[in-house]
Amino acid sequence: MSEADLSMRRGGIARPGTVHQAPVSVGHGMGTHGAGVMEERPFAIPSKKLVMWLFIISDACTFGAMLFAYGYLRNASPDWPHHFETSSIVNVAIMTFVLVTSSLTMLIGTRAAKAGDKAGAIRFTFITVALGLVFAALHLREWANMIGAGVRLFANPWGAPLFGASFFGVTGLHLAHVLSGAIALTVVALGYKRGRYNADDIEIWSLYWHFVDLVWMFVVPMVYLLNVAQ
Amino acid sequence: MIADSNLKTDLMVYVGILVLAGVQIFVAYHSPGVIRMLVIAAIQAFLAVMFFMHLRNERSTLRLALIPATLFVLVMMNMVWADSFRVIQFRSFPK
Repeated sequence: MSEADLSMRRGGIARPGTVHQAPVSVGHGMGTHGAGVMEERPFAIPSKKLVMWLFIISDACTFGAMLFAYGYLRNASPDWPHHFETSSIVNVAIMTFVLVTSSLTMLIGTRAAKAGDKAGAIRFTFITVALGLVFAALHLREWANMIGAGVRLFANPWGAPLFGASFFGVTGLHLAHVLSGAIALTVVALGYKRGRYNADDIEIWSLYWHFVDLVWMFVVPMVYLLNVAQ
Repeated sequence: MIADSNLKTDLMVYVGILVLAGVQIFVAYHSPGVIRMLVIAAIQAFLAVMFFMHLRNERSTLRLALIPATLFVLVMMNMVWADSFRVIQFRSFPK
């Protein structure tokens, strides 16, 4: 083994002209240490943000699987309930308005954080959390109405027994995301206030919140609007 | 990257998404259809990803790493429909 090989194995820097000299640039913020072996970040975003994007695409596949399963059951059941009355659809419209508005307030909060307006960022992040909790309350009211009407996980008064399991499964997973997002945003906003987190953290968690909003755009037509009582 | 967009754009996208949500409800009562609904939802999702999540301002390498792989998985899930149609017609598997 050559001296250059040994140097590379120890994590050292290969001498120029050896076969190990990779055609790469100096890593960000690395100074001279590690120069020549650190590859430039291919996506030019912080690693935490990349992790959030990877989580989002994996979660998109999870929701995709849930919605496909819901669609499968709906398609394969001749007596799938079409019972959502106008009052339910109005409730869903209000929920949509609240959630999309919370995305806007999250955007404004993120913009404030990036501009160095700490108070504005915290204020709008907490407004987002409050809107998320309003959404959750409306959601739970809808659930309570359905449970009151006799819908259970494996039984309901209208038709296909699996309607309840699929409805509560899809909307429950989304509701869990909203509630966990509200908790996460609260933690990040408080941490940002104390100086533990920075504007990048607010932006990264805003991605999660927008994703929750995005998923709702598919839940509404699949679960509610395709099953309105005509 | 969010500095590349402005509040006016965000507001326009916000209103656009809400208008599309209203169109979805109108379609649900007047000419319901899975494809119509999902096309509208896909437009809303596109607006949310590109403008709210600012993916349009990121490097193209990130977009190429995220979007095709996700769409591929979601498209492949469509193979379940054939079986759901078989179930509703109570057909046995071919021998």
